Amino acid sequence: MTAAAPIETDVAIIGAGPIGLFAVFELGLLDLKCHLVDILDRPGGQCTELYPEKPIYDIPGLPIVTGQELTNRLLEQVKPFNPQFHFNEMATGLEKLADGRWKLSTDAGTTLIVPVVVIAGGAGSFVPKRPPIPGIEVFENAGDGVGVHYAVRKMENFRGKNILIAGGGDSALDWTINLAPLAKSLTLVHHRDGFRAAQHSVNQMRELEAAGKIKFHVASVKALHGEAGKLASVTLAGADKSEWHHETDAFLPFFGLTIKLGPIAEFGIHLNENLIPVDTAKFESQTLGIFAIGDINTYPGKLKLILSGFHEAALMSQAAFHIVRPNEKLRFQYTTSSSSLQKKLGVS
Amino acid sequence: MKIVAIDRQGKEHTLEGRDGWTVMEILRDGGLDIAAECGGACACATCHVYVNDGWFEKLPAPSESEIDMLDMALAVEPNSRLSCQIVCSETTDGIKVTVAPE
Repeated sequence: MTAAAPIETDVAIIGAGPIGLFAVFELGLLDLKCHLVDILDRPGGQCTELYPEKPIYDIPGLPIVTGQELTNRLLEQVKPFNPQFHFNEMATGLEKLADGRWKLSTDAGTTLIVPVVVIAGGAGSFVPKRPPIPGIEVFENAGDGVGVHYAVRKMENFRGKNILIAGGGDSALDWTINLAPLAKSLTLVHHRDGFRAAQHSVNQMRELEAAGKIKFHVASVKALHGEAGKLASVTLAGADKSEWHHETDAFLPFFGLTIKLGPIAEFGIHLNENLIPVDTAKFESQTLGIFAIGDINTYPGKLKLILSGFHEAALMSQAAFHIVRPNEKLRFQYTTSSSSLQKKLGVS
Repeated sequence: MKIVAIDRQGKEHTLEGRDGWTVMEILRDGGLDIAAECGGACACATCHVYVNDGWFEKLPAPSESEIDMLDMALAVEPNSRLSCQIVCSETTDGIKVTVAPE
């Protein structure tokens, strides 16, 4: 990855879910500027990735709000503070610099130099689900268009290849439809003869099958075979438990995303069962200057609720201020009465 | 009421079910390694279990949304269910489930 020039700012926030977004607001009231890093391609975290349409009933003052609406409202609330987002990026490295600041790097080559890092990463990073097939990892990263891939970056890589796709959601069907014209052969397997994908995609897939351009089996992949990391074939098992051999160059499983803690575990921060223990005055980890708010932290009495994360963001911001502006006095003010806060919010 | 749950290491746990609670909640609070990422909203398929020993047939049929969500589960079998959608009651007393692989 090409390394862009390092960005110096006040606070780096890992995770652009509801808590990371509200942290922008609380930090913004104290004149602290934020950059946010998130592995997803849009803000909202679990709220928009897992349940965008599901109503949430326990946000104070919002009797009913969906995950997507809550995210939209938070984005509107933080807009005056002009947060900078780095989407589709995973925070991969954290190191302390000689001047006491932190260097946070991402897998896309972004480098943030900051006095304060706030980890608002929920349960971790959304990553593709890996089927529990023994030895599957051996066939990952085998090269363009061959072996196991959880995403298609360049369709051209799969031209002329024998492709096996597993799954029954939109991704599985979309890639079946898109790759069929350029594959040497394409086979789709799913555990049932039904799909949770958009109906027009299902129709298109059925047409391809009827035209003999793809094969579809109600089956699942039981084993992968190949020498030295080079995938050659798989064992498929049908609904009646009968098994057969299927030759393929590439295997593309599409079962959606799951959450793994990921590189945060390697940051050198003290963890307890994949959670970051914090104090309840500052929500600072055991590493000074590294804060943890929202579902990723733990303390006596912790409740994994969005409203708890909002409270944590407010207290964290007060402590962060003293690190970023050590020589300044923090003036505690209310947005209802402070004309300077209202100016920052653009309402006066 | 009891829930017999087999974890990913093959160890059997007998847990106390609670009327109206979901099997996912009982497994989670019983310390079994079950992600249940979405917290019971039938939105993530990470509380996937196999329902054993004839119990599958005794349960109310899965909803359309659960069947759809199972498409995102791994290693789905004919007796697969999402444990957040199984509600404990007298009729589930003694139910036997196996936590599906991750």
